[in-house]
Amino acid sequence: MYVAVKGGERAIDNAHAWLAEVRRGDRDVPELTVAQIREQMTLAVNRVMAEGSLYDPDLAALAIKQARGDLIEAIFLVRAYRTTLPRLGSSAPVETGAMAVTRRISATFKDLPGGQILGPTFDYTHRLIDFALAAEGADAAEPAMPAVDKVEEVPHVMEFLNKDGLIQSELQEGAQVPDLTREPMELPASRPLRLQALARSDEGFLLSLAYSTQRGYGRTHAFVGELRIGTVAVEMEVPELGFPVEIGEIELTECETVNQFTGSKTEPAQFTRGYGLVLGQSERKAISMSLVDRALRWRELGEDFSGAPAQDEEFVLMHADNIQATGFLEHIKLPHYVDFQAELELIRKLRRETEPSDLAAEEQP
Amino acid sequence: MSDYNFAYLDEQTKRMIRRAILKGVAIPGYQVPFASREMPMPYGWGTGGVQVTAACLTPDDVLKVIDQGADDTTNAVSIRRFFQKTAGVEVTEATAEATIIQTRHRIPETPLTEGQILVYQVPIPEPLRFLEPRETETRRMHELEEYGLMHVKLYEDIARHGTIATSYDYPVRVEGRYVMDPSPIPKFDNPKLSGNPALQLFGAGREQRIYALPPYTQVVSLDFEDHPFVASKAEHDCDLCGASDSYLDEVITDDQGNRMFVCSDTDYCRTRRAAGLVGRLGGEAA
Repeated sequence: MYVAVKGGERAIDNAHAWLAEVRRGDRDVPELTVAQIREQMTLAVNRVMAEGSLYDPDLAALAIKQARGDLIEAIFLVRAYRTTLPRLGSSAPVETGAMAVTRRISATFKDLPGGQILGPTFDYTHRLIDFALAAEGADAAEPAMPAVDKVEEVPHVMEFLNKDGLIQSELQEGAQVPDLTREPMELPASRPLRLQALARSDEGFLLSLAYSTQRGYGRTHAFVGELRIGTVAVEMEVPELGFPVEIGEIELTECETVNQFTGSKTEPAQFTRGYGLVLGQSERKAISMSLVDRALRWRELGEDFSGAPAQDEEFVLMHADNIQATGFLEHIKLPHYVDFQAELELIRKLRRETEPSDLAAEEQP
Repeated sequence: MSDYNFAYLDEQTKRMIRRAILKGVAIPGYQVPFASREMPMPYGWGTGGVQVTAACLTPDDVLKVIDQGADDTTNAVSIRRFFQKTAGVEVTEATAEATIIQTRHRIPETPLTEGQILVYQVPIPEPLRFLEPRETETRRMHELEEYGLMHVKLYEDIARHGTIATSYDYPVRVEGRYVMDPSPIPKFDNPKLSGNPALQLFGAGREQRIYALPPYTQVVSLDFEDHPFVASKAEHDCDLCGASDSYLDEVITDDQGNRMFVCSDTDYCRTRRAAGLVGRLGGEAA
């Protein structure tokens, strides 16, 4: 005989124990350390920091370990932790022009002050599986790393164009930057708020949106004016001291695009800009972000809204957060039998009401 | 748990949420934006309700958590445990004993009383969302009380199906002003929204909205004079306790098409059976 389903608590405990067991995997294989993940899965760590909006490589590595390598789950762990942290203050804006670059390329100028620096990039690797990596201990010998010359000042490429008035100047929108983790998102959003949302948004979503603009859904003719990766100092104003103090260094990826120009009979033609800035090394995301940023600026730059998804601020901002998206998507796993029962009753009622008339209709001719 | 503040959220966040709640109470049915926090459970799993509950809880409260009317569904268990762990409050399954009840998809059968708070988990707070996807538009429609679109939708239902084809998440109008989404409760529960002595609070975490029905607020389910609203349920009595007035879950009992109907409100059913009331199959069940 039927007895109402019970035992949710025990089922949950058992599920958690099972999860812990599969997370560990085969116990004959040594356990991963957090340091190994931090040092050898750097780009995964970077993604978790960027979308988790928290610069802490150790914590991100731990989250990846706990999440069994599911990066969105790891991002979620970091976000849920981050939101409990006290807000001590805001740093001064970081100076990316003073970045100690490990990589810096421009697609618009063959050579330029500061030079082109490829840095540690996959770009010109042939994507052949390196079976030598499968041999444990093969990396005992350190690879010959060329001595890097001391990099001189690396000025922003965009400033060369700006000096000649060839590219639009960015407006200073006031010092107060909104914080979308402390205030509800309000639409229409200011550009700082949009950029903030894009910086923590899902890499895959942003990539596809950016790609769609390249294929004609809100095309903006983007050139990568400059892409740079490196570390910058974070400074904070301490009220008691009256001057900013360096509190640490973070790695950033910055992308600036040069896009199709605006202009009219009275205003001279000018290139326009898109901007991307991401925690850690993540150039795919930084480039995507600058393309999407540029597409979203249609109103400000006097362009037409062509109905492209990447131009639609509400569409982009309301769906870019993978923690919101995955939570709501996966919630349909939860029981819905009350609603489904209501639908069952309704559909039975509708069928009861239409069936007799269907029969009558068949009898008439 | 010393790592986290009482009921998990820090006091500043609770204050921000309480302000949103107070504003919601002052303007019944109006969706108040609030800076929803990331919670340690996923968006869509009750984060709005959890934040509202956290902001309302005091150490003396007695908490009940239900999902689909039941206290022992997995997510209800998970949320109840969360508050046991972070707030250490007393919990109960008895509707009458609880001071705060967090719910998903149901209003308890036992009538609520003054002083109780019913917290709803809300997935999509905007009743006009599936008629107009843009928040910027729907907010304007609420401002202008422009609800014609909703009536057109209900009319089209009647034209197509002969009846209003909405069985849950059935839209209501609050005190003749705001059209409100009652969360995905079956429309059977809609009449309980109106004139309820308890304070009803609605939290939508992912969508960053809170709204409220103060005690004894008038709430009307939208309908037409010639197609009046009907609160419907399965045309059966509970097979365990015999109740004819409670919302029922249909349970498939074998592969021969046999099924039984049981109260979705587990506390209501258990209380009735404890009082000796027996349904069609109640005698056989342990």
